Amino acid sequence: MSDGKRIDQATGTETVGHEWDGIEELDTPMPRWWLFGLYASIVFALGYVVLYPAIPLADRATPGLLGWTSRGELADAVASETRRLAPIRREIAATPVDALAARPALLRAAQEGGHSAFKVYCVQCHGTGAAGSKGYPNLNDDDWLWGGSPAALQATITNGIRQPDNAETRVSQMPAFGRDGILKPAEISDLVAHVRAISHQAPVTRAAQRGAMLFTANCAVCHGDAGTGNREVGAPNLTDAIWLYGGDRAALTTTITNARGGVMPAWTGRLDPVTIKMLASYVHSLGGGEPPVVAQTVPAAAAPDAKAPIDGG
Amino acid sequence: MAADPQIVPQGPFFEARRSVFPKAIDGPFRRFKWLVMAITLTVYYVTPWLRWDRGPYAPDQAVLVDIAHRRFYMFQIEIWPHEFYYVAGLLVMAGVGLFLVTSAVGRAWCGYACPQTVWTDMFVHVERMIDGDRNAQFRLSAAPWTPAKIARRVAKHAVWLVIAAATGGAWIFYFADAPTLAYAFITGTAPFIAYATVGVLTFTTYTLGGLMREQVCIYMCPWPRIQAAMMDEQSLAVTYKAWRGEPRGRGVKRTHDLAELANDPAARMGDCIDCNACVAACPTGIDIREGSQIGCITCGLCIDACDDIMAKVGRPARLIGYTSEADEKIAQAGGTLKPPLSRLLRARTLLYFMVWAGIGLGMVFALGNRARIDLSVAQTRNPQWVRLADGQIRNTYTIKVRNMEGRPRNMKIAVAGLAGAALWDEHGDRRNAAQQVTMHVGADQVQAVQLFLAAPGTGPEHQDIAFTVHATDAEGGTAHETTRFDRPDTEEHGE
Repeated sequence: MSDGKRIDQATGTETVGHEWDGIEELDTPMPRWWLFGLYASIVFALGYVVLYPAIPLADRATPGLLGWTSRGELADAVASETRRLAPIRREIAATPVDALAARPALLRAAQEGGHSAFKVYCVQCHGTGAAGSKGYPNLNDDDWLWGGSPAALQATITNGIRQPDNAETRVSQMPAFGRDGILKPAEISDLVAHVRAISHQAPVTRAAQRGAMLFTANCAVCHGDAGTGNREVGAPNLTDAIWLYGGDRAALTTTITNARGGVMPAWTGRLDPVTIKMLASYVHSLGGGEPPVVAQTVPAAAAPDAKAPIDGG
Repeated sequence: MAADPQIVPQGPFFEARRSVFPKAIDGPFRRFKWLVMAITLTVYYVTPWLRWDRGPYAPDQAVLVDIAHRRFYMFQIEIWPHEFYYVAGLLVMAGVGLFLVTSAVGRAWCGYACPQTVWTDMFVHVERMIDGDRNAQFRLSAAPWTPAKIARRVAKHAVWLVIAAATGGAWIFYFADAPTLAYAFITGTAPFIAYATVGVLTFTTYTLGGLMREQVCIYMCPWPRIQAAMMDEQSLAVTYKAWRGEPRGRGVKRTHDLAELANDPAARMGDCIDCNACVAACPTGIDIREGSQIGCITCGLCIDACDDIMAKVGRPARLIGYTSEADEKIAQAGGTLKPPLSRLLRARTLLYFMVWAGIGLGMVFALGNRARIDLSVAQTRNPQWVRLADGQIRNTYTIKVRNMEGRPRNMKIAVAGLAGAALWDEHGDRRNAAQQVTMHVGADQVQAVQLFLAAPGTGPEHQDIAFTVHATDAEGGTAHETTRFDRPDTEEHGE
């Protein structure tokens, strides 16, 4: 249709030669400055190709004069963030975990650092919200097997639960009363009735009264006469509303018959002390943290236990 | 223009700019343009230096876009990021305002107030001062590159660059404390972004005002296209009254034709003497006699130029003038025009004005009534609830309190709608839980705090509760936020 080109009378501009239902298009030349924009883009592109990775080769691309890589950029970002955090981490390292509360800005930094570390190392068992699940303690509540003060939490995270190659680890072992033949199934049933009575889940029945005698003979040494537990040996409080493995008849029967024994890694050696301290601060901030205590001792050894003492805190 | 359709010359793909050397002119429209230029430039340069006392906790700059702290100050109004709809409202008003102005007085924005017009006008004025008026500029443009021409060119571009740098330099003062930034800028200690911004704006001002000029309006700006769609027969536009001016004639031919026509009462000679004064004065280089066109920014300089000529040849003024198509039909038929006010007050302009004023009044009303304390409550969803050792249930909330006053305030947060509730914050402890917690919120700040709320474990699975914050100082003020208290459902409770 190129033969349809003509000069438009009204504007003096050439048409492109197409015609649709009588509508034609003027071939108005582009303004020349527009061309400068194209040249500028070409110059930019040439500079980019020379300076940055651009032309794909067999197994890599041309590196570019600036030596830029996305991995290098990430490494730079990580390095600069590490530099930024270094003084804060030094401060945290120099401050005992129980003393962080007196320094709100440092405490906030520790809690946020602990939150980040928690999301990487702890959520697999304790959950993203630290609410745990059956066998994995809820760190939001106010019930602690081994203590909920910042220092106690730090000690637990550092040395773990039932780690055989760690001398400081939290260890307790309740006997498997049923499996090892210490108690008969009927006696275990009575004991369950008693535990459900002292935790206000069931009325005090004849069975429960029989169970109370058994409790005094077999359980009170660790759990206490009233069943309120003993943190020195990691024996849980049986009178509260919190059950790590469940407080119903079936769960309690299983616990007394076979015992329970969860584990948690000792994080010393895997995480640096500052990160562990930050984790302790974070867990302490979840709402159930307890005030610092004067002395926190590590328990000696095994003790009978109705609820398995695995607790990250 | 007639060409043989068989022989079509191959035109260039790209067209160089046709230089425009507008002739200096004087007249009411030129003087009005000077006035508008003086006002707009004064506003632009002076505004960042105005001070406004807001007390010790806020900057004392009257107009400040504080991007770093996410605040926008405009005299007594302070806009927070969440109140950005006020800025959006202003932008909507500016848009509707352009519609209003266009429907009432045509492309007045383009002709007088647009920064592109104002700065181009200034650059053209500089060019005339250095190179002389239109004819001298023509000669200089065609002249060989003598030292004198080089000197003039260097001087012109130097002055342009100074103006451009001053333009870009003033812009940054809207975004930081002007005196502090000015000192830092001069001593070389200002942030890089300040120098970069000035550099970019110097480049764009120099390029758009000095080099691109009318090409910005013709090729780059969307507004002429939008306005072209908004014009109707009532729109005010700079118009060459062809019915009065045609047929045009000049010089000896005109004298001859007039003598000839004296014998023929039916024929007449138009008022246009084809002197091209209107074309010479036009800053966009168009011929207004070809009719309304996209290149016409309606600055009115051709009206001044033509009126000057009409006075000299003893013809009535306003052969070129602001008029509408409808009015021109009446004038051509010899009828009397309706008063200008009746043309302004037509349904379209009134509608635009009502929309524009409605948005404005709505914003003023909203500004007058806006709360200066704000509360937001986010319930922790993971976990939704926590059972405590004594069987109670605890929920956790992240509370954010905005204190939008320019002074620190003490606030009390209380909870309602939950029997047996005990409240404590992240610094407190359940042992000293209470019905309310107090917090200190810094001047003009947001304070976030984590609140723990415990209540008896038996109760509905979901319960609507409300947090209330109130300032404890004399002025007071409260804010509410409803949220939920969650408990485990009953089956789970029996576990």
